[in-house]
Amino acid sequence: MANMALEKVKMPEQDPKERARNFKEVTLGYTKEMAMEEASRCLNCKNKPCVAGCPVGVKIPEFISEIAEGNIEKAYEIITSTNSLPAVCGRVCPQENQCEGKCVRGIKGEPVGIGRLERFAADCMMKEEQAETELPVSNNHKVAVVGAGPSGLTCAGDLAKLGYKVTIFEAFHTSGGVLMYGIPEFRLPKEIVQKEISKLKKLGVEIMHDMVIGKVLSIDEIMEMGYEAIFIGSGAGLPRFMGIEGESLIGVCSANEYLTRINLMKGYLEEYDTPVIKSKSVAVVGGGNVAMDAARSALRMGAEHVYIVYRRSEAEMPARKEEIHHAKEEGVEFLTLNNPVKIIGDENGRVCGMECIKMELGEPDESGRRRPVAVEDSNYVLEVDTVIMSIGTSPNPLIRTTTTGLEANKRGCLVVDEDMLTTKEGVYAGGDAVTGAATVILAMGAGKTAAESIDEYIKSK
Amino acid sequence: MFKIVRKSVLNSSVTLMEIEAPFVAKKAQAGQFIIFRIDEKGERVPLTIADYDRENGTITIIFQIVGKTTEKLSMLNEGDALLDVAGPLGIPTHIAEDAKKVCVIGGGVGCAIAYPQAKSLFEKGLEVDVIAGFRSKDIVILEDEFRKVCSEFILCSDDGSCGKKGFVTDALKERIDSGVKYDAVIAIGPVPMMKFVCKVTEPYGIKTIVSLNPIMVDGTGMCGGCRVTVGGETKYACVDGPDFDGHQVDFDELMKRNSTYRGQEHDCRMMKNLK
Repeated sequence: MANMALEKVKMPEQDPKERARNFKEVTLGYTKEMAMEEASRCLNCKNKPCVAGCPVGVKIPEFISEIAEGNIEKAYEIITSTNSLPAVCGRVCPQENQCEGKCVRGIKGEPVGIGRLERFAADCMMKEEQAETELPVSNNHKVAVVGAGPSGLTCAGDLAKLGYKVTIFEAFHTSGGVLMYGIPEFRLPKEIVQKEISKLKKLGVEIMHDMVIGKVLSIDEIMEMGYEAIFIGSGAGLPRFMGIEGESLIGVCSANEYLTRINLMKGYLEEYDTPVIKSKSVAVVGGGNVAMDAARSALRMGAEHVYIVYRRSEAEMPARKEEIHHAKEEGVEFLTLNNPVKIIGDENGRVCGMECIKMELGEPDESGRRRPVAVEDSNYVLEVDTVIMSIGTSPNPLIRTTTTGLEANKRGCLVVDEDMLTTKEGVYAGGDAVTGAATVILAMGAGKTAAESIDEYIKSK
Repeated sequence: MFKIVRKSVLNSSVTLMEIEAPFVAKKAQAGQFIIFRIDEKGERVPLTIADYDRENGTITIIFQIVGKTTEKLSMLNEGDALLDVAGPLGIPTHIAEDAKKVCVIGGGVGCAIAYPQAKSLFEKGLEVDVIAGFRSKDIVILEDEFRKVCSEFILCSDDGSCGKKGFVTDALKERIDSGVKYDAVIAIGPVPMMKFVCKVTEPYGIKTIVSLNPIMVDGTGMCGGCRVTVGGETKYACVDGPDFDGHQVDFDELMKRNSTYRGQEHDCRMMKNLK
């Protein structure tokens, strides 16, 4: 008989006041007892709606049954048969819109804590001394992957398991993509990301760093090096700005820049050289996960006031519910239904305020969300010394502008078919390079689909 | 790792290093840059490529000590290595196909980047004049190298200790007024120098290319730190530049934005002195 408790087993967390000033992980993870108790809430439905909600098709009821029985190793095996990065997904997937959003238990009460259980299994097995993984039998085919982010790592992992010799070309000095430069330590410890990557290396995946494809090598040159197919997962590109007055003032930056300085370059640690803006009062413009990450990082960097400025209401915010909840607990102040009009500078060209206008919700727009409309004469000045723009990115131009035969749409996103094939033979793409800014798990799903397509393509040659 | 195969101290604050980076050397062109990182705790810093040797797989960088990272770099020696070198980044310098006579202007350590420009244009068969400006005689660099790749070499110094006394802008104006016709001017140096070169050439309608050096983190079109306003539009020096039409660049904004972290650099050096 299933455990019929209406709520998930509570996740142990660092105290909000304390954690708002450190970069240690916010949520501490289930103990085995907690995990087994939570796992027993699963009804093991025959039609498995949760699996349909997972972009990488994790066999959810199966692995949860194993946890309920205390067979963690078995659970982990089931997860990793379809998901190369479980410790990451368990932490950063928007489960409420995916697996947990479909969970029958969610109709009355809270859904099963699928993400928390996935994380538990992955963390457990990470702590155990891993037996040497056997190298898959080589099939003597070479595939190149551009970008060591979520889509590229997934694609590389899946292909390596099939026996392909995979080389990843990564532009930065570290692998992981957004998992390293974007998502902060307190939400996704970098040690965990690196451990997941080292597992891929054990499968024989080779990673070359400092290789900016489109510059140091073109897609055609990679083909000439003997790679039979290429997967492009080059990720998010240039940050968007609003186009309002004052965006060039000192103290205005993109969330990408702010987070890269802190996460990738470890600017929050004294012994690292990369400087980070020191702020007293920060406005983060936007309502997505990246905005929450920037706001919560600003608190940890010592800001006294951090505001989220978002033009719609909280119901429309694209961020995970848990991030919004955590941000509020930590003291981030939410100014929803507010829109920046201009940024104000002092005589030295440094930000000293941001003029905002109040908004109200009108009729639904093409996205189905109610359109925010400015309330006349409601302008006021928010006193801030830093403005972090977190309103999205457009895909990186380096590859599309240097590769003939590779089509992009008007927004600069690479065009692919349902198999993730681009308009160029043998070249596949996925992740933010195709969708524009989206989630880690969607990128992983794309990498997975591409790996299957590449396998079929090479086998049929 | 990227090994330093040659080091040469050009003056008290400017150093040349030749570094093994075969992939970069194979593709590098005048006007492009690299991002380097010395060690695990270091910053990512952009530096323009001063020269390259495709056969030996090396690139040359010339840098001035301006902060902690360049100071650390200057202490490395032949045989040491940099942890990371990524490039060649940015778009190579482009001069109109029909240009016949150009003037390349370098200011201070900017001459390190002006030199490969002069060299590549000279080798393409263009007529090249070079105007090189320095604060004083003791910091002059690359004089012999420049002389080999131009028809006219004009050396200027602020204090008159070598060459003509005065700024590069004075020398340029003098040349233009004496009837020399340039199809293009390339100016590389401190931001104020580039700004004033553009002010000189603008009334004559001479196309002027400048190489900008804004703050960067990734250098690959991701962080947006290097945004500059060109012709009223936001451009990113790492992927749209670093060269831009100087008559369109908002230099005052660039100067301000480049001072974003100045306080912290200063603190950093102060701390070091205290230690």
